[in-house]
Amino acid sequence: MNRSMIDLWVGVFVAMGLIALLFLSLKVGNLASFSTAESYQIQANFANIGGLKVRAPIKSAGVVVGRVTDVRFDNESFEAVVTLNIDSRFQFPKDTAAKILTSGLLGEQYIGLEAGGDPTMIKNGDRLKLTQSAVVLENLISQFMFNKAQEGKDSK
Amino acid sequence: MNAIRHTLTQLGNAVTRRLTRLGVASRFFIYLLWHSGTAFQRFRLTIREVYFAGVLSLIIILVSGLFVGMVLGLQGYDTLQRYGSSEALGVLVALSLVRELGPVVAGLLFASRAGSAITAEIGLMKATEQISAMEMMAVDPIARVVAPRFWAGVISMPLLAALFSAMGIFGGYLVGVQLIGVDPGAFWSQMQAAVDIRQDVMNGVIKSVVFGIAVTWIAVFEGYDAPPTAEGVSGATTRTVVTGSLAILALDFMLTALMFTGGNAK
Amino acid sequence: MLNPSPETDVVRIESLSFAYDTRPILHEVSLRIPRGKVVAIMGASGCGKTTLLRMIGGSIRPTAGVARVFGVDTTQLDTAGLYRMRRRMGMLFQFGALFTDMSVYDNVAFALREHTALPESAIRDLVLMKLDAVGLRGVAHAMPSSLSGGMARRVALARTVALDPALIMYDEPFAGLDPISLGVIARLIRRLNDALGATSIIVTHDVEESLQIVDYIYFVSGGRIIAEGTAEAVRASGVPYVRQFVRGETDGPVPFHYPAADYWSDLAVPKAA
Repeated sequence: MNRSMIDLWVGVFVAMGLIALLFLSLKVGNLASFSTAESYQIQANFANIGGLKVRAPIKSAGVVVGRVTDVRFDNESFEAVVTLNIDSRFQFPKDTAAKILTSGLLGEQYIGLEAGGDPTMIKNGDRLKLTQSAVVLENLISQFMFNKAQEGKDSK
Repeated sequence: MNAIRHTLTQLGNAVTRRLTRLGVASRFFIYLLWHSGTAFQRFRLTIREVYFAGVLSLIIILVSGLFVGMVLGLQGYDTLQRYGSSEALGVLVALSLVRELGPVVAGLLFASRAGSAITAEIGLMKATEQISAMEMMAVDPIARVVAPRFWAGVISMPLLAALFSAMGIFGGYLVGVQLIGVDPGAFWSQMQAAVDIRQDVMNGVIKSVVFGIAVTWIAVFEGYDAPPTAEGVSGATTRTVVTGSLAILALDFMLTALMFTGGNAK
Repeated sequence: MLNPSPETDVVRIESLSFAYDTRPILHEVSLRIPRGKVVAIMGASGCGKTTLLRMIGGSIRPTAGVARVFGVDTTQLDTAGLYRMRRRMGMLFQFGALFTDMSVYDNVAFALREHTALPESAIRDLVLMKLDAVGLRGVAHAMPSSLSGGMARRVALARTVALDPALIMYDEPFAGLDPISLGVIARLIRRLNDALGATSIIVTHDVEESLQIVDYIYFVSGGRIIAEGTAEAVRASGVPYVRQFVRGETDGPVPFHYPAADYWSDLAVPKAA
C-alpha cells in the first residue's frame, strides 16, 4: 500500500463521513428549520398544564411558530407560568388565546394560539390573558361518571 | 474471621491496584496530550493511522449499520402498526440510530476492530524492542507512535458513527418504504419534524467523540503498558476490547442521563 | 590498564549498583571504556550485563553510583538531556528491533528524518551509503519481514550508525545467527568502529567471535566484575570462572546442577539399605 493510495482512501473515508454528517443534519434532522433567527418571548399562566413539557411546540392554525422554553410554578397565584419562545416572523394580536391541546387522543401536548382581533400586536415580555388549561383525562372521566350518576337519580 | 479478613484484604488489594492503574493511565493520557504536537505538525503520520483505524473499519461499520437499520425497520414497523402509527417508523429508526445505536454500536465495533489492532501493534512494537530502539534513537515513542494513533482514532470514530447512522437510516428506509410500503413522504417528514439538530444529531456526535477518545486512549495505553511477551500482548488486546466496550456502555449511560433528561423526550 | 588518562574515557562507571525491586542485579560495578576501543562485557545469561548497557544508555536508573558518558552523569539527566545525549549514541538491539511497518530504506532513514532537516536527496545518499557499508544496498526497498535474521541484523546495524554515533552499543549482536552472518557482523562491528572513529561496547556471551575483534574484555558474574583484560590475557586467565566460560566447560564454578533438594529424597525412592 503506497502513500498516494493511503491518501486517496483516507480522503474517500473523510468525505464519506462528512457526507453522512451532512445527511444526518439536512435530511434526517431538519437544519433548515433550525433557525437561530430572532424570536421574542411571552408568558402565559395556566391553572393546569397537564403533561406539557419544555420544548413542546407552539402552533397556530396547525403551523409551528415557536417552542416552550420554560415551565415554572408561581408561588403566589398557584398557577403554572409557561414561557413561550415565538419566531419574530410571526406576530400575534394582544388578545390572542393560548390553549393546551393534545395531538391525537394520547399524543404529546402542545400550545395552540388563537389570534384575536386587537389591532395592537403582542410584544416581548408580555403576558397572555386568555388561557385554557389542559384537559385532564381523569377530571373528564369523573365528570362523566358524576353526570351519569345524576341522570340515574333523576330518572328514578 | 480469617476468611473475612482475607476477602477484605483481597478486595482492598484489587481496588488499590485498579486505582493505581487508572492513575498511571491518566498520567499517560496527559503526557500523550502534551506531546501531541508531532501528530499535527507531521500530519502525514496521523493520516496513515486514519487509514488503519478508519478506512479498514469501513466495511464492518457500513454492513452492520445497514443490517441494524433494516432490523429496526422490521421490528419498529411490527410494533408501530399495532397502534396505527406506522408513519412514525422514520422517527423511530432515526432517533434510535442517531442518539444511541449509531455511537454505541459503532463504538463497540471500533473497539474490537481498530482498538484491538492498535493495542496489538503497539504491544508487539514493545515486545520486539522497537519502542526501546526508538527511545535509544532519541525519538519519543509517545509522540511518534502513540499520539498519531490516538488522534487518528479520535478523528475516525465520529465519522464512523455518522456513517453507521446514515447507513442504518438507509436500511430502515429500504425495509420500511421499499419493502413494506410505508409512505416515503411521511417517513421523511415525520423524521425531520422529530429529529432535532442540536438535541439529537449534535449530541450523537458528541457521544461518538467521547467514545473515540475513551476507546483509543484505552487501546494505546494497554498496548504501551503490555508486558513485552506473547501472553502479555494477547492479554492486553483482550483487555482493550473488554474495557473499551464497558467504558462505552458506562459513558453512554452517563451522557444520555446528562443530555436527554433535561429536555422534552421527543 | 588500557589507558591511564580519564579524559579519553567515553564511559566511566563508578561503583554502580542496581536492584530490581529487592533482587540485586549489579553490585558496585566500576569500569572504563576508552575512546576508539571495542570493549566486550561478557557473562552468562542473566548476569546483569544487559542491565549495565541499558544504564549507560540511560533507560534504567541505577540505585546507586555514577555512570558518566561523554563526561556527563547519565543518572542525573532529565528526559530532554537523555535524548540530547542519545543523539551521539547508537544501539543495536538483540534481534535488530527494525520497525516492521517501514521498509529497510525508511528504517535507516528514520533517525535522519527525525533529527536532521536534510533534503530527501541527501537522506537518500546517506541511507544508501550506510546500506552499502553493510552490503545490503540491494534490499533497500524490501520490508524487514522478508529479510533473514542475519540480514535484518545488518540493516539494524546500518540504522544504528545512520547518525555517525560516537558511542555504539551492541546488545547480544551475535545471538541466533548462523556462522557466516556471525562472522560478517563481527567484522562489521570492528570496521565501522574504526571507520567512524567511534567507541563500541559489545554485550555478549559469544566468546570466540568477540575475542577476535575486541580490544578489552570485562567479565561479569553475579552482578560483579570478576575479571578483565585483553583477549590474550582472558585466554590465558587463571580465574576459574573465566576458564570455564572461555572453554565452555559444563562444570566448574558455575555448577551443572541448579541447587535442589537431595536427589534421592526428591525421587521418593527408598534409599538402598
